[in-house]
Amino acid sequence: MHFLPVVLPTDALIFLLLVTVVGFALYVRGKEHLRAPWREVKRSRMAAAALVVLLTYVLIGLLDSLHFRLPLPDNGAAKAEKEYSVEVLSLLDVIATPLRVRVEKTYSAPFAAHLYTREADERADGTEVRVFPRLKHGGRHLQDPDNERAADILAASARAVAISVLIWVGVCAALTAALAWRERISFKAMARRILRGETETPWRITLATLLVILTFAVWAALLSLKYHILGTDKVGQDVFYQALKSIRTGLVIGTLTTLVMLPFAVLLGIMAGYFRGVADDIIQYVYTTLSSIPGVLLIAAAILSLQVYITNHPEQFDTLAERADLRLLFLCIILGITGWAGLCRLLRGEALKLREMEYIQAAQAFGVGHFKIIWRHILPNVMHIVLISVVLDFSGLVLAEAVLSYVGVGVDPSTLSWGNMINGARMEMARDPMVWWSLCAAFMFMFTLVLAANLFSDVVRDAFDPRLRKQ
Amino acid sequence: MIAYITRRILYAIPILIGVNLLTFALFFVVNKPDDMARVHLGVKHVTPQAIEKWKAERGYDKPLVFNNSASGAAQFTDTIFFRKSVLLFVFDFGRSDDGRDIGLDIRERMWPSLAIALPALFIGLLANITFALLMAFFRATYIDVWGVVLCVVLMSISGLFYIIGGQYLISKLLHIVPISGYDSGVQSFKFILLPVIIGVVSGIGSGSRWYRTIFLEEIGKDYVRTARAKGLSELRVLFYHVLKNAMIPILTGVVVVLPLLFMGSLIMESFFGIPGLGSYTIDAINAQDFAIVRAMVFLGSVLYIAGLILTDISYTLVDPRVRLG
Repeated sequence: MHFLPVVLPTDALIFLLLVTVVGFALYVRGKEHLRAPWREVKRSRMAAAALVVLLTYVLIGLLDSLHFRLPLPDNGAAKAEKEYSVEVLSLLDVIATPLRVRVEKTYSAPFAAHLYTREADERADGTEVRVFPRLKHGGRHLQDPDNERAADILAASARAVAISVLIWVGVCAALTAALAWRERISFKAMARRILRGETETPWRITLATLLVILTFAVWAALLSLKYHILGTDKVGQDVFYQALKSIRTGLVIGTLTTLVMLPFAVLLGIMAGYFRGVADDIIQYVYTTLSSIPGVLLIAAAILSLQVYITNHPEQFDTLAERADLRLLFLCIILGITGWAGLCRLLRGEALKLREMEYIQAAQAFGVGHFKIIWRHILPNVMHIVLISVVLDFSGLVLAEAVLSYVGVGVDPSTLSWGNMINGARMEMARDPMVWWSLCAAFMFMFTLVLAANLFSDVVRDAFDPRLRKQ
Repeated sequence: MIAYITRRILYAIPILIGVNLLTFALFFVVNKPDDMARVHLGVKHVTPQAIEKWKAERGYDKPLVFNNSASGAAQFTDTIFFRKSVLLFVFDFGRSDDGRDIGLDIRERMWPSLAIALPALFIGLLANITFALLMAFFRATYIDVWGVVLCVVLMSISGLFYIIGGQYLISKLLHIVPISGYDSGVQSFKFILLPVIIGVVSGIGSGSRWYRTIFLEEIGKDYVRTARAKGLSELRVLFYHVLKNAMIPILTGVVVVLPLLFMGSLIMESFFGIPGLGSYTIDAINAQDFAIVRAMVFLGSVLYIAGLILTDISYTLVDPRVRLG
């Protein structure tokens, strides 16, 4: 099939980040002293479980970052060039096509077969009654939803559990075989070691977490073909689909923000501490000024300015997706600018300490250039601070997105994000009975990601912080 | 001491000038006043006359930094930069885009903000210290381990969830206090209660975990070992010696946020309909009232810098090791 690949700015940055991470991993592999703290992370059971969850999110986020435009159906007229739809889709959209296209009229509760609001309906005898109409897609296959639904859901759930256990057993067997082959012991001995939790990498907890995620994924995939498992929102869009799409937004804000601010924070922080004098004064002045403006207000001011700019220059943006993406990227940059001062201050302090070290004084005495000293001697010795702050910042940024969207200065209203989901559902709080599923879905997805990130970052910090390591 | 404080205040001036220039650039250079007018009046079907009128009413019709048509000092004072940015230094906030006196609004609205932020801060402080001491007392036991895990779980919940959940549970289901609103005097208590509780609960996770590390750091020090060697009970060591010394970082951490309490909490106030500065700011952002946002940015950074100065002063007061430098 032909399609036109579309690389949005954030996509490009995401893949740049991916390449960087992979490159860094390869680099670390070869260096024993760099591997030591990572090995500690690898040994942690908490980190293993958290990592499985995080990788699931990352996988969904990456699938959602491969964008393209599908060709329009041929309408007979022979054209020299193929025409493409203006709608930018991602691989995730294609996978989740059933979720995306099965739109109801308005709100419906999770697993409902009827709409959430009454509608006028004309009976055969001409009288009008107000009933809850059946959904167009959710629970369509049932004749009598009230009686059949529970049994149907149970049966589908049982099938989902069976399938996922089957897959899981396969994965377990393959993994055990591979490990047994590498350790040169029998399959049975390896299985026993995993089962007893005696392996160095905590495979037992990893596989257990995998089973939970797999079960949920298969269950959701099976059931969401028949029902709206998390209900539908005001315009009838599937909430589960929205929550899935929001993953990318959350990840982009959590990672790209640090990526865009990192070069400045690292370079300027080290320069301030290493060169001191005028450079130090200027850099300190810049970051003190930026950090003295309350974060939300600086973001609000910048986003408002951007909004005015976009409204007055609509000609510069081709598609809606492009505009939304630009705003997302801009939000990352602004968040990066507000969060930049803390890391810069830390690095400045560390560089101040390091420049008095004997090995750096020796390098200076040998006439090694300043930038070479920074590159060879200072940068590697502050990398642990950078890494810790990157990992620690992530969860805070994901949470911040929701708050900013609520304030009205977050991502573009057309971008699906947990903040926008919460914001949209907030209007319905006064409704009775309450429309709770959008809120719950957004909070649960966000909570899982943030909790996993928090647990993982704790382990990373403990492994890399030299003060903690000594104890 | 006075010389030290004066010097610190003088240091603040270039930073405030920087903030001022930055906001000026954001609001008037990136987007011209014409653009703002167009956004406010609706982008389409807007006549140049209407734009001119809108600008003249709000004083945006002057040149940006240099007025050619005026003479003498007025060449610099009769400009947008002077009127809208320089005058902020004397706390002359001017009028909002819909004609209200911003300075008056701020003076009126900072009290409700304070009425919520202040109790939330101090009750939260008390709760955090209590939990942190508890975990430090039971350190390296299951109580401590699970306490930390609980803290991480509480930290991972979005602040919005606490607010929405609290409102739903306490106001909608249990009908203990009204969902939102505000009243003056004693009547305000029932409106303040819920926001304060939610403010405390949402901060407990990160707060007690942070204080726990401070306590554990103190517990590892030599004087604690000496105190134990003298035969003091663990409780006395913890409450008398450790708590007193750990108060230094805790206190200074509190002092730095004290001035910012005036600004209130954006989210909390708008959810509970409290007429404080937080909801004022949010309303301004939603209405795209640039004058108010500009005033709040400046006020926020003044208060933040005031907090930093207070922190430094409080350091010298509570920690005899710190000398004025």
